[in-house]
Amino acid sequence: MSVIYLLITISIIVAIGFFIAFVCAVKTGQYDDDYTPSVRMLFDDELINSGAKKNKSKK
Amino acid sequence: MDTQNCFHCGLDIVKADEIVFDSKSFCCAGCKTVYEIFSTNDLTFYYDFEKSPGATPQNNIDKYDFLDNESIASKLLEFQESSTAIISLNIPHIHCSSCIWILENLQRLEKGISTSQVNFPEKKVRITFNPEVVSIKSIVNLLSSIGYEPHISLENYETGKTTIDRSLTYKLGVAFFCFGNVMLLSFPEYFEVKEYWLDQYRGFFRWLIFALSLPSFFYSASGYYVSAYKSITSKMLNIDIPIALGIVVMFIRSAVDIIMDYGSGFFDSLTGLIFFMLLGKMFQIKTYSFLSFERDFKSYFPIAITKINPDSSEESIAIYELQKGDRVLIRNQELIPVDGVLISGKAEIDYSFVTGEAVPISKQSGDKLFAGGKQLGKPIEMEVLKSVSQSYLTQLWSNAIFQKEVTQNHKTITDSISRYFTPILLLIAFAGFGYWIFIDTTTAFNVFTAVLIVACPCALALTAPFTFGNILRILGKQKFYLKNALVIEQLAKVDTIVFDKTGTITTNKKSSISFEGTSLTDENLVLIKMVLRASNHPLSRMLYDNLSLTVIKNTGADFTNEVGIDAFEEITGKGIRAIVFGNKIEIGSASFVDKAPEESKQQTSVHVKINDVYLGKFLFHTQYRDGLAVLFKNLSKQYQLQVLSGDNDGERANLEQLLPKGTELFFNQKPEEKLEYIKTLQEQGKNVMMVGDGLNDAGALAQSNVGISISENVNVFSPACDAILDASEFDKLSYFLTLSHNAMRTIKMSFVLSLLYNVVGLLFAITGNLLPLVAAIIMPLSTITIVSFVTIMSNYYAGKKNN
Repeated sequence: MSVIYLLITISIIVAIGFFIAFVCAVKTGQYDDDYTPSVRMLFDDELINSGAKKNKSKK
Repeated sequence: MDTQNCFHCGLDIVKADEIVFDSKSFCCAGCKTVYEIFSTNDLTFYYDFEKSPGATPQNNIDKYDFLDNESIASKLLEFQESSTAIISLNIPHIHCSSCIWILENLQRLEKGISTSQVNFPEKKVRITFNPEVVSIKSIVNLLSSIGYEPHISLENYETGKTTIDRSLTYKLGVAFFCFGNVMLLSFPEYFEVKEYWLDQYRGFFRWLIFALSLPSFFYSASGYYVSAYKSITSKMLNIDIPIALGIVVMFIRSAVDIIMDYGSGFFDSLTGLIFFMLLGKMFQIKTYSFLSFERDFKSYFPIAITKINPDSSEESIAIYELQKGDRVLIRNQELIPVDGVLISGKAEIDYSFVTGEAVPISKQSGDKLFAGGKQLGKPIEMEVLKSVSQSYLTQLWSNAIFQKEVTQNHKTITDSISRYFTPILLLIAFAGFGYWIFIDTTTAFNVFTAVLIVACPCALALTAPFTFGNILRILGKQKFYLKNALVIEQLAKVDTIVFDKTGTITTNKKSSISFEGTSLTDENLVLIKMVLRASNHPLSRMLYDNLSLTVIKNTGADFTNEVGIDAFEEITGKGIRAIVFGNKIEIGSASFVDKAPEESKQQTSVHVKINDVYLGKFLFHTQYRDGLAVLFKNLSKQYQLQVLSGDNDGERANLEQLLPKGTELFFNQKPEEKLEYIKTLQEQGKNVMMVGDGLNDAGALAQSNVGISISENVNVFSPACDAILDASEFDKLSYFLTLSHNAMRTIKMSFVLSLLYNVVGLLFAITGNLLPLVAAIIMPLSTITIVSFVTIMSNYYAGKKNN
């Protein structure tokens, strides 16, 4: 059996794997709100800053 | 006087009211309190993301008492268990990243809340909390106290699980998956090299392609078969017929090719076609999830109301449970949900929800109150005459126009083209078949299928979605929100525009006021202003704001000093009586100052009497929106204009002067009459656009071909309509209409373009030369040209008059 069959089969399986991941993501509502997460991810940095500031002021 | 802006809410600070806290200035105690809450909880980062993001909190502690009622509260919950509950609240104020940040850090303010998540486009916050620690009422009160008052209305009462239709996303995902893999696998076939390696694996590749195209063909494209079938049964030829026909023929021919080993088939083009067309569909659907175009009275009505039991105890009950004879208590700013009779207290009812008229109407005990009014001032008691479903306002909704499902009888431009397209296409296919059948049977079948394949009007079908989708976005950026893409087509067809008066062409934010009578001395003006300052009546506020401009400059007097007021009495429905620096001042209605009411002009006026001497009256003139005259002048060139007003004709002369000749004016129109009027126009064959604002226009908006609702604040309320226009963009209406015309022109131009592609493709097909490779080139090429053409054109037209 030629290696090409194996390779293509694997590549299709991998592709299907990603496709299933996509469907799951849609199903759990990840794509329902595509704006808020883009803002939310910027907050974490600010929070650490706020902690640092507080420490400074305590000193 | 240089104006400073409030650190919290960004409004101008009136110098006298300024509160300085933590070396920051605030416009009122409310804003300061919010800042205090945030700073003590280490949440001042709120102010770092956005400048002055806040809103002044509304102090209305009693307002949410009904949430104590277990059965009402539980209706609002999404999920409930002993120690976990989830509630979704709609908060109209959500507008910036600061809002998201503070609302997602609610757990730092309230221990009972475990997490909260904001959905920005929908302006909703989803809070997970522990009902044993914190109640819904305290969460709602907490949100109100930091300026994020949730909007809870009757609409929330039946919050079933709303299922979102995600099938288009799945279909698109499947189509893209198949398209990508099929393209990859068919690549070797494009180079017709006689090579051992290619020959060896050709069968394997082809069968794999065949298998991969199955989900795309059977699942992703299924919508087109259904639509085509429906259109055949209803005998209306729409664009989906040639599409479905093309897809099916393409699939069968390709399957035959592969099974019989004739060639590689057209699966690459097939999956590509399905993918692009679904993409167009997706692009066209631009929803403004924070807006609702289907609102009815439910979103205006409170969910519960305070009922007074015979033993004079108070209780919150759901308004659906109200029965005839019940006594209810309406507090300040509460909406009257049912028709009834006023029992105690004098009421000042603001009917602006129903009529659009901002000036409240005073009612005496024993007067009838209609649902939809809002009480201003002291709490009143009323007896229920009719249950909610039978009340005046609700009855309006039982009119047939609201009952029937909105059927789109409207034929889209694409469908009307395809009415000619489909028969011609079939004719060409059969002609080609008829010609070749005498020469070569195999070629005849090939030609027949090739014609149907290549003529598959995918470019044609893509034109409208991409143009409309793009225009929809352009308009959305300019604060003109359309319900869907069809509205653009209907806008372009409009020939008659009907305007409502109050709240639509007039603004209730500003009002120009003039004085009639003995001219007032500056001293008197200062006295009047001092008195007005203490009053909360809308007219007092309006007058107070208006007087400030002239008085302060002239005298520089300190009218904000309250020391001088010795006595102050506000008589609801009549006026104010006060003694200031020993001067007796009376401000109010004509009867209040013992003056015979004038019959001639029914204009809103406030009469002034100082030290028992009648001085004159302030007249409130309706203020028309900026650019109204210019807008009407522009529109009158192309459209027939009409104004329907629920008011009396006091403004007729004024309007006739302002508006171009030929504008028809109608006054004293009841909501039903407005609806009937639109219907009559439509029966005359007119395409009517209705521009309105209040609930009184709701019927007319629904009846008209295009109903546009003008809203001062698009996040808050608007009746059911096809489009919502931000009031500040009112003068752009004629630009929007021109743009819709240009959109249609763009579509027609690109129809010509895509037909040219079809002709070229057909030439290949009819001569029997359509190779899979040619199809694979022509189809994406036409798609790309069409999409870029319409995008460029619609952007060009949008920028044309909007520099």
